[in-house]
Amino acid sequence: MEVTIKVFRYNPEKDKKPSYKTYKLEAIETDRVLDLLEKVKGYQDGTLSFRRSCAHGICGSDAMRINGFNRLACKTLVRDTGAKITVQPLLGLRVIKDLIVDMDPFFEHYRSVKPWLINEDPEPEKERLQSAEQRAIFDDTTKCILCACCTTSCPSFWANEQYAGPAAIVAAHRFIFDSRDKAAAERLKILNEVWGVYRCHTVFNCTLACPREIQITKAIGEVKMALTTGKLE
Amino acid sequence: MKTHQFEVIVVGAGGAGLMAGLYASRTAKTAIITKLYPTRSHTGTAQGGIGAALGSEEEDHPEWHTYDTVKGSDYLGDQDAIEFMCEEAVQAVYELEHMGLPFDRTPEGKISQRPFGGHTNNVTGKPVRRACHAADRTGHMILQTLYQQCMKNDVNFFDEFQVVDLLMVNGAAAGVVAIELATGELHVFHAKAVIFATGGHGRIWEITSNAYAFTGDGPAVIMRRGLPLEDLEFFQFHPTGIYKLGILITEGVRGEGGILINGKGERFMEKYAPKVKDLASRDVVSRAIYMEIRDGNGANGQNYVYLDVRPESVNKYAALDGRLNKDGAPYTVTGEEILAKLPDIVDFCRVYLGVDPITQLMPIQPTAHYAMGGIPTNKYGETILDEKNNTVPGLYAAGECACVSVHGANRLGTNSLLDLVVFGKHAGLRAAEFAKGAEFQPLPADPTEFASSQFDRIRHADGKENAFDIATTMKKVMFDDMGIFRSGKGMENALKVVRELKERYKHVTVTDTGKIFNMELMNIWELGNLLDLAEVTTVSAIARTESRGGHSREDYPDRDDKNWLKHSLAWVHENGKIDLKYKPVVITKYEPKVRTY
Repeated sequence: MEVTIKVFRYNPEKDKKPSYKTYKLEAIETDRVLDLLEKVKGYQDGTLSFRRSCAHGICGSDAMRINGFNRLACKTLVRDTGAKITVQPLLGLRVIKDLIVDMDPFFEHYRSVKPWLINEDPEPEKERLQSAEQRAIFDDTTKCILCACCTTSCPSFWANEQYAGPAAIVAAHRFIFDSRDKAAAERLKILNEVWGVYRCHTVFNCTLACPREIQITKAIGEVKMALTTGKLE
Repeated sequence: MKTHQFEVIVVGAGGAGLMAGLYASRTAKTAIITKLYPTRSHTGTAQGGIGAALGSEEEDHPEWHTYDTVKGSDYLGDQDAIEFMCEEAVQAVYELEHMGLPFDRTPEGKISQRPFGGHTNNVTGKPVRRACHAADRTGHMILQTLYQQCMKNDVNFFDEFQVVDLLMVNGAAAGVVAIELATGELHVFHAKAVIFATGGHGRIWEITSNAYAFTGDGPAVIMRRGLPLEDLEFFQFHPTGIYKLGILITEGVRGEGGILINGKGERFMEKYAPKVKDLASRDVVSRAIYMEIRDGNGANGQNYVYLDVRPESVNKYAALDGRLNKDGAPYTVTGEEILAKLPDIVDFCRVYLGVDPITQLMPIQPTAHYAMGGIPTNKYGETILDEKNNTVPGLYAAGECACVSVHGANRLGTNSLLDLVVFGKHAGLRAAEFAKGAEFQPLPADPTEFASSQFDRIRHADGKENAFDIATTMKKVMFDDMGIFRSGKGMENALKVVRELKERYKHVTVTDTGKIFNMELMNIWELGNLLDLAEVTTVSAIARTESRGGHSREDYPDRDDKNWLKHSLAWVHENGKIDLKYKPVVITKYEPKVRTY
């Protein structure tokens, strides 16, 4: 089948403002949008720039807006998009070139919640024991690949980029509910601040955008609940 | 041009690079340079587990792990290094747990372990539970955990900087040259010690599980500086890639009881590996699949077979094999359990194949997966200069880009994650220790000269040739003639084609003349790395007139220990000529014997 792919283009070295460019190419239903971008770059326009690496939904490099929804280009098939495809950079982050956005503010928010295990007790000789049930509580939020699909789909983040955003709260959740971690109170305090968890208005865009199908709004709800009740269960 | 100075520079931020950076930064001023964001590294795609004889689930010993690894390597692995890795494994896994890695747990709360190919109880010969796992995203959890620890410890990062050259002064490492992708500007990183941890080069082949980023940058850069590469002819084809796409389906599927089925519905691995069947070594299983296809037993007459993890099949064959749980009850699984243990596999199959593995068969074919060969090192990560094992002062390598050699001619599943944690750590420790006792070498007068000349050549090529075409042709010929089975004639053809492509590459087109994120220019430079490594791989393979592990020749079907129990070292000279020399395999306890599963 022939598909048309309309791509957001912006080269800061040449362009005063962004524009769209449309390419036509042959595709099959199981082609990934990433495959199409690669073919456009390979045969039609070498100047088209985007990030990509693993090409199967694990590394999180190729998050972009595809037909209006935040998606990974490598996990979105022509079967899902149909023959008319529009590709734009993620919203809410500065565009550097074409589909490449500045990820630094996103990773800043991630770091702000101290996303590492904090437990200063002496380490046991073997593993710290943890029951399968304790492990299951935070299983969902360990899946996050930091692609930014969630945060850049969130109207609260669009309104103000100081908001920590869903990805950072997911990272915090992963540690707050880990029975081995001792810094839940510290992280909850960070998320209780003005740009913390209460900027979430349960729009559910994040949950719909997540390519890992993490129940993000639920995780944010659990963090809010922990703040309200002071309990972690 | 900007210049930076650090005592230790780590190139690459996958598992090995992060581990090296974490350890080096404890005592030395360290920076990690990566062409991606660290969390995009390919370690994140490793699925099934990390091998360590913890004995959480049943009796196991590091000595058994050592023997299995030696046997898996088809006796080409260096046994002193393998002993070291398998002994360090236990503490390494506990250390990851202490860092916060969310391993799955046993009912007692210990780290859960599953069976994997080639890992056995050395008394019974049956599969042993040795792979420590976090669902089927163990690599993802290792990468996340190590990056988190680096943030906690304030390790310096230069994200999205592509290292393009190694600086060598007075025979020692003096730093690296990198391009900042966001500006196109060259940066010189002056260092006392440099650790390469740049990963593999599987993008040479058409069907591959490897990321776009896996273009062999470290080995290619080092080779251009006159240093040798070891055992490049040994490249692993993983048995179970998604048909046509090559996306990895973990061996953990078979660890959980999945079986391989040919087009006639037969479980064929019984013929090829009567004892461990579907859990034989990867080289053995990939060859078996290829032979089934060649004998007309592919599914629907095509070049794929099926992987079957439907609960009714798993339970049927587990009963036939007499597989038991720890409590002695027969081993059984439900659809929910498969989904809980292998969520990503189920997701990949649904997204890319439209197949639900709980109720349907997965079409699979072998996929180019892992470089056993690479930058020669000893077990401390020190880079080796020659066939006498002399080392290069201040130069280190770890992870897939390195060849210690613990994987020999064929790597066991779960040993790559182990390799990068153990040798990443030791390379980091050694490099920092070296830096403490060393002075900075003076920088060359024009440190970016060699890097600039390479990019000038690409930019000013006369532009008749399409890079995408060159890459496609290389991948196809390497998959057809340098794949699972090889022959002198086929390999000569591959070499001829690759050399023609290298000529065409000199006339490649670059349309993007900009500086900011010029990914076209970077991708073309990466293609040059792949072409160089494809050539050395093929030359090394043609010379080795035997079959061993991942190097399987139809014209030399047997292993030849008399002539070939040795590692290849390949040097590329400035005029393009490739020299091969050899060095002996280190044997401690295990004399080579016939390898059956």
